[in-house]
Amino acid sequence: MSASAAQKVDPAQATLWARHYAGHDMIGTRTFGFWLYMLTDAMVYAALFASLGVLSHAVNLAGGPSPSAFINPIYAYGETITLFLSVLIYGYSMVALKNGNRGAVIGSMFVAMLLGIVYLVIAGVDIGNMFAHGIFPQVSGFLSIFFTIIIYHALHILVGVVWMLVMMVQIAREGFSANVIYRLINLRLFWHFQAVIWVFVFTFVYLQGMVA
Amino acid sequence: MLVHLQGPWSPLLGRLTLQQIPYHVPILMVTFIVVAILAAVVLAAATYFGKWGYLWREWLTTVDHKKIGVMYILLGLIMLLRGFADALMIRTQQAMAVGPSSPGEMGAVHGYLTPFHLGQIFTAHGLIMVVFAATPLLVGLMNIIVPLQIGARDMAYPYLNALGLWLTTAGAALVMLSLFVGNFAHGGWYGFVPYFELPYSPGVGVDYWMWTFQLSAIGTSLGSINLIATIVKMRAPGMTWMRLPIFTWASLSTNLIALTSFPVLMVALALLGLDRYVGTHFYTAGMGGNLMLYNDLFWVWGHPEVYFLILPAFGIMSEIIPTFSEKTLFGYATMVIASFAIGGVSWGVWLHHFFTMAATPSVNSFYSVTTMLVGIPTGVKVFNWIFTMYRGRVRYELPMLWALLALFLLLVGGMTGMMNAFASNDYMWHNGLFVVAHFHLMVLTIAASIFGAVEYWFPKVFGFKLEQKWGTWFFWFMVIGSGITFVTMFFLGFGGMTRRLDYIPYTQWSPYLHIMLLGMVFYVVAVLFFVAHLYVSLRDRVKNRAGADVWGTGRSLEWATHSPVPAYNFAITPNVNARDEWTWRKENGLTELHPGDYEGIHMPKNTGVPLFLGILFMGLGFALIWRIWWLALLCVALIVALIIIRSFDRDTDMTIPAHAVEQVESGARDEMSATMPTAGVRGGTVIAHSIPQSGTGGISGSTTSTSPSWAPMDR
Repeated sequence: MSASAAQKVDPAQATLWARHYAGHDMIGTRTFGFWLYMLTDAMVYAALFASLGVLSHAVNLAGGPSPSAFINPIYAYGETITLFLSVLIYGYSMVALKNGNRGAVIGSMFVAMLLGIVYLVIAGVDIGNMFAHGIFPQVSGFLSIFFTIIIYHALHILVGVVWMLVMMVQIAREGFSANVIYRLINLRLFWHFQAVIWVFVFTFVYLQGMVA
Repeated sequence: MLVHLQGPWSPLLGRLTLQQIPYHVPILMVTFIVVAILAAVVLAAATYFGKWGYLWREWLTTVDHKKIGVMYILLGLIMLLRGFADALMIRTQQAMAVGPSSPGEMGAVHGYLTPFHLGQIFTAHGLIMVVFAATPLLVGLMNIIVPLQIGARDMAYPYLNALGLWLTTAGAALVMLSLFVGNFAHGGWYGFVPYFELPYSPGVGVDYWMWTFQLSAIGTSLGSINLIATIVKMRAPGMTWMRLPIFTWASLSTNLIALTSFPVLMVALALLGLDRYVGTHFYTAGMGGNLMLYNDLFWVWGHPEVYFLILPAFGIMSEIIPTFSEKTLFGYATMVIASFAIGGVSWGVWLHHFFTMAATPSVNSFYSVTTMLVGIPTGVKVFNWIFTMYRGRVRYELPMLWALLALFLLLVGGMTGMMNAFASNDYMWHNGLFVVAHFHLMVLTIAASIFGAVEYWFPKVFGFKLEQKWGTWFFWFMVIGSGITFVTMFFLGFGGMTRRLDYIPYTQWSPYLHIMLLGMVFYVVAVLFFVAHLYVSLRDRVKNRAGADVWGTGRSLEWATHSPVPAYNFAITPNVNARDEWTWRKENGLTELHPGDYEGIHMPKNTGVPLFLGILFMGLGFALIWRIWWLALLCVALIVALIIIRSFDRDTDMTIPAHAVEQVESGARDEMSATMPTAGVRGGTVIAHSIPQSGTGGISGSTTSTSPSWAPMDR
């Protein structure tokens, strides 16, 4: 009651209807919603990393290989470099968007997408190598969560790659419409978010695994 | 990579065979025939009356938040009835199957349900009541009311809104399908590991449970993103945070809970899914799995979820009680803080669901204390509602009766909840009926608020009030039924009875179980009264037509537009000048709802895409349950394709021309002038102008006739 009392409006001068109200900022609203979506995805990762913590004891190896025995840091290093380069180049694409340069947006997004594909190839080779050595998710509780986290992250990269492909077509087709712009901004959030998550994957799955 | 399955499997139909149709279970076959006849009648009627076009245009493809909300509520009511039927069967079985000499029928040794059948019933009862009845009912109410209360034209993402509805509906449809194709999980609604792992539950029941649960979780998370974005981004000019109606505040808190907790449920279920489909070892006994991981992940969602359900109910009570006390809500700021305190503490209490499992005394003590902390903000709310009524002019109309019932149930349920909060107590009655009775009183608090909300806001959505007589009978039979059933259940809990029994060895419990069955009879009659309530209301809808401010003492912005609300909500977006804006306008005689000089209104276009996505997700769920891989891949491909194709659609919006707005507004004019309140409602003081009204009939007639009721709308 006190809050409204402090802001009393004189009824004689009150505006009752917001005429010519321009409505809400569409791009800002869409971007805000995407932040909320990313919060849900962050919670999914939080639950997965918590599970990793629970399933990282000696008993969870169930006699299978320990992570230090099979993690190959070269692959993780390659994935780190490609993903971070991809994010950087996607950032250049956003600079080009500010300048309204359609060709540069599509061009740098294409490079970012290619790097995303390179990431997927490295991840695929890494996982394929482990499978070839009999290291499967079915071997132990630890390997179950290990593979779940890295494959879930790779799936995100796949979604990002497809999304970039769609956006390149949409930019070519309709230019920088409001719909295209908000999607580009959301994709930027999404792509940066994957890099942030990768930091955690790299630290808790690869580095901690190697040390353990 | 996939696990080896017991039993037959074919590439075309997966695990689906003719033996999976339970044609030998008479109860299910009778249900199937009834459902088939009802469906045929509905489909035939829609065809005969030529309503398909109407259904398609106005409902199935709509993105209007009010219609989506109405469909959510319809879905919730249907599933509430299904969950009630389950409850009825559990109570009947338990009343019959007492003592070694009790007879058995239809293949059961005692009673008429086999343990396998009863297990499916109590699992379905729990899952349906929590995620397919209470959740859609509350999400539907928030969908309808929140945009109106903040002066918005629609939700932030109308398309996503429809998608959330159809995903939830897909989940509910799969639960219903499990009755007639295959079976449902029979180990309790929250699941047990490793019991729910493939070696111990090889059938499709757990898969049905898992995927329907997952679908509703996705739908609810999408809905929560939408509601939060709506509240944060779509408020009308002048609607500052401290002017936000309490129901909207409660919705914000509740959806923050949903946003952060449902992803954890998705992980808990997805890891179980990996165990069952790929053969990983998250929750297995041995091979490096961890049983407690499931319990923790599930209840990290599970406990915030119950506050996800109770907070909108608190919001509803905070709207109804001031309206029918004709006073400002007492302690607005403390109400807001309490809502968020409950939301925040909800994250720190999950372990009290398994005090008896593997925790040290210090861990148990921590969760005991956090659980008791919940009582503080809840107590603040209770006192605020009581002080709101204190020295107010309380009118016992139906919404108020429900809100008071909710308040009463909250007290009893909350006090017994505090008793459960002691880990030492829980060691004595863990898994017992005392706990069951406690949380049933809490969910009945939610149910009472929901019924109150339906009575309260129904005229806003449909333009006519629900009649009072049958509604009052419905109310009192619900009160009596709840009292008889659950007070008795507390006694059985003290007696040491545990939950989910298909056979009760102690004959001395028999009288209590029969008294509970008597309570169920009252509930059954209450359902009939409810149907009569709806039927009579629909029949007399012209007589019961309502104006904008239906109850005469509405306070927030939703009463400042016509009833029924036009598609665009407000012809011109309102400018908010005060908390309780509508009350402020009435006090100052600014109640004109026809500002004139209308402009075209930009609105989203209808789209069938969410419906198709819902159907495809249902197909995907069905394919995964029966392990029909080609169908699953096809559905995934179609879902991805549909989402991408929709993103290329540039024709998603339309503008309602100014003359059409003018036409709708002038159509609402006559009704308005007749019902517009003439006098002000001053916050905290008694109304000066009141029109004496005789009793409204029904068994509460004596209470309403003694005090004059203000501004009757039934003209």
